[in-house]
Amino acid sequence: MMKISLFLGCLVPNRYPGIEKATGICLESLGIDWKELEGASCCPAPGVFRSFDEPTWLALASRNITLSETDERDVLTICNGCYGSLADANLKLKNNPVLKEQTNSHLSQIGRHFDGTIDVRHIIEFLYSEIGVQKIKETIVRQLDLKVALHYGCHMLKPSSNRATASVEHPSVFDELVEVLGCTSVDYPDKMECCGAGGGVRSALGETALAITEHKLGKIEGADVDCIVEACPFCHMQFDAGQVSLAEKGREFGIPVIHYSQLLALSLGYSPEDVGINLNEMDCSDFCNLLNELKKD
Amino acid sequence: MAGAPSIEEVIEDFNVLKCMQCGVCSGSCPSGRQASLNVRRLVRKIGRDHAAISDESLWMCTTCYNCQERCPRGIAIVDAILAVRSIAAHEGLILERHRQVANLLQEHGHAVPIDDAHKEKRMQLGLNSLPSTVHSHPDDLKDVKLLLASCGFGDITGGKE
Ligand code: SF4
Ligand code: SF4
Repeated sequence: MMKISLFLGCLVPNRYPGIEKATGICLESLGIDWKELEGASCCPAPGVFRSFDEPTWLALASRNITLSETDERDVLTICNGCYGSLADANLKLKNNPVLKEQTNSHLSQIGRHFDGTIDVRHIIEFLYSEIGVQKIKETIVRQLDLKVALHYGCHMLKPSSNRATASVEHPSVFDELVEVLGCTSVDYPDKMECCGAGGGVRSALGETALAITEHKLGKIEGADVDCIVEACPFCHMQFDAGQVSLAEKGREFGIPVIHYSQLLALSLGYSPEDVGINLNEMDCSDFCNLLNELKKD
Repeated sequence: MAGAPSIEEVIEDFNVLKCMQCGVCSGSCPSGRQASLNVRRLVRKIGRDHAAISDESLWMCTTCYNCQERCPRGIAIVDAILAVRSIAAHEGLILERHRQVANLLQEHGHAVPIDDAHKEKRMQLGLNSLPSTVHSHPDDLKDVKLLLASCGFGDITGGKE
């Protein structure tokens, strides 16, 4: 089986470490040959850094990739932003000899060289195509009877020219991975819409980002679910911290947000506290109680 | 060296002049629904003149790629927006908050570095207080800083290298 190195990025280790913990549990339980990518930096975040200067974006992204090339492992990302940044940079450098040479001249300053020998993976796409729904079904120890609103996020699937996943408008990979855990993925309007955070909008134009988030949360509210499931800590933060900001403005939603790694770890028998669901910015104690009740069944 | 394309290169490389102003892009845009970004107009503006670089709606795009996926003329709209942003950044047009994020990257190697509250959360989960990233590897952080200096990144953002 494929060997991988886990790329943590910024938000997972530094804001939502429960996702880091949960991912380790999942990779271990599924018998995957993995290790953390030691010494990695920010991917760097495409909305800001690719926007400012493409050569810098490529240089920093390629340094992260070469760390994994040295280990002869594919890079596994657990964030749509890291995936978008590293996968797009990797493809650009593999396909464009001029950019590759320019980037390698920067990398030579630190004694590194981009060879183009590995691929960048996203955990959803990786679990679906390398591990498979069947193996996950055989590995989990309990079914989670939850109604969930799935949020794919943008860069897992787009730009489709740089992605292996099948459909952009009506994908099913993520839904299948969630439903095999016993959950019902509830359909809702604008399911494929953006959370609002990307492109540097959250960091500089927070109110615009929040307006997009509020629109999406409104649709999810109508679907009457137990929680939102995503596969990106930036979407996670936007929905989680975003609900705290919206509540301060008097718009209360109260919809807990969890990353797929956390959901999978729950079905592997771990408690919500084991994987930090109680460490979200918004109060998730009712949801944690519900999960602990489910566990007793 | 750091580098941004010229507006002429953006127009050429991303087929901007093929736009027929059909509005499929703006009709698909989540940001356009909530803010003043009108991507159909932005594409026209990019095709017409350099003034597009100071259009504040450039920075309202979440890079969701809806428009680019659906454009019937196959225009790489998001790639064009990112390239025009880089021209703007090279001319010093950077939003203050973005400049701060750039400075965080230059100082810590992370756009979102660890803080005490989250070290605490990590330990509560049984993880090391610092992750295995550059936060635990000063030599790697040094490499990141050397790379940023090699790219001249500090000159663009006006921050430290
Ligand atoms: S969808 Fe394409 S062709 Fe139509 S207005 Fe937008 S950029 Fe122009
Ligand atoms: S990529 Fe930007 S301009 Fe295009 S639809 Fe999304 S937010 Fe709008």
